[in-house]
Amino acid sequence: MISSVNPLRTRPGDRCAFCNFLRVPASHSREHHFLLVVGMNMAQPQLESTEAELIKRVCGGEPQAFEELLRPYERLVYATAISILRNPADAEEVAQEAVLKAFSKLSSFRGESRFSTWLVQITYNEARMKLRRERQHLYESIDREQQDQEGEYWPRDFADWRPIPSELLEKKEVREALQNGINSLSPMYREIVILRDVQNLNLKDTAAVLGIPEGSVKTRLHRARLQLRDFLAPGIDGSWSSGQNYRKVRAW
Amino acid sequence: MSTVEISCVEVWREISNYLDGEISVELRERMRTHFEVCDHCTAVLDGTRNIVQLVGDGRIFPMPDGFSERLYKKIRERLSP
Repeated sequence: MISSVNPLRTRPGDRCAFCNFLRVPASHSREHHFLLVVGMNMAQPQLESTEAELIKRVCGGEPQAFEELLRPYERLVYATAISILRNPADAEEVAQEAVLKAFSKLSSFRGESRFSTWLVQITYNEARMKLRRERQHLYESIDREQQDQEGEYWPRDFADWRPIPSELLEKKEVREALQNGINSLSPMYREIVILRDVQNLNLKDTAAVLGIPEGSVKTRLHRARLQLRDFLAPGIDGSWSSGQNYRKVRAW
Repeated sequence: MSTVEISCVEVWREISNYLDGEISVELRERMRTHFEVCDHCTAVLDGTRNIVQLVGDGRIFPMPDGFSERLYKKIRERLSP
């Protein structure tokens, strides 16, 4: 788990959203930050054995232990649902359904994947089923899109970006711009960004959840990130922080 | 030993893998050399890196107020006979 952590995130000097917004000291490891994001802790092997214990207790007639088992993954379940449904109310409903389904199916969990991956998989399937039930026409178009968009994506904008400090996320307009950017992606790219970059699932688990090869995860993530960058370029070039108008720069 | 040059198109194709450390040492070195002389590719790299950092912050999709309470209430309802 730890070796799969994306090396991009919190560095010394960055602000950490999960540690009371304090500056992250050099000793504050990226892994600690990431695992907090998905509600885990540094002692992953210990966590897994604790999880195994909790699962055993639930299956052994102590259903109350399920709450303890679930608690670190609430955010993960919700974010997975909203990445597909985009609507907070729908996402909450699906998150509840998924969690109850996980509870009722827990005895069939064989430990071949991590519990979190299994939970995300259930949530993902529930969210897709809700879309299928309620928006049949849209679901069909999603399926077609999944087959059609595996080609190349080239950047459209070459403005020299100034780094956006994470402090700006405290501004509602910046958070909304990022949400809009993610929501503007087609479903196959949105799911990838949420699982890999928001929830920090590793390559293998993302591929398992989506039922696609790891190579496809990489390709889609690549396209998703470049599209997101192009979408957000008008704010990212500094205009969010400087108030200056955005100037688009092209390579040709 | 000189580094084999790489085109902008090839760099764009691998930028995401470059950020994730999912490329060979040899390709990483070629890309790094390219970034030193190509402002456009550096702009794409910096922007993409910044996006990934912002998206990963965790504040973008906050759980609705009361989400946890409602979730556990549902579970308890299921558990109660």
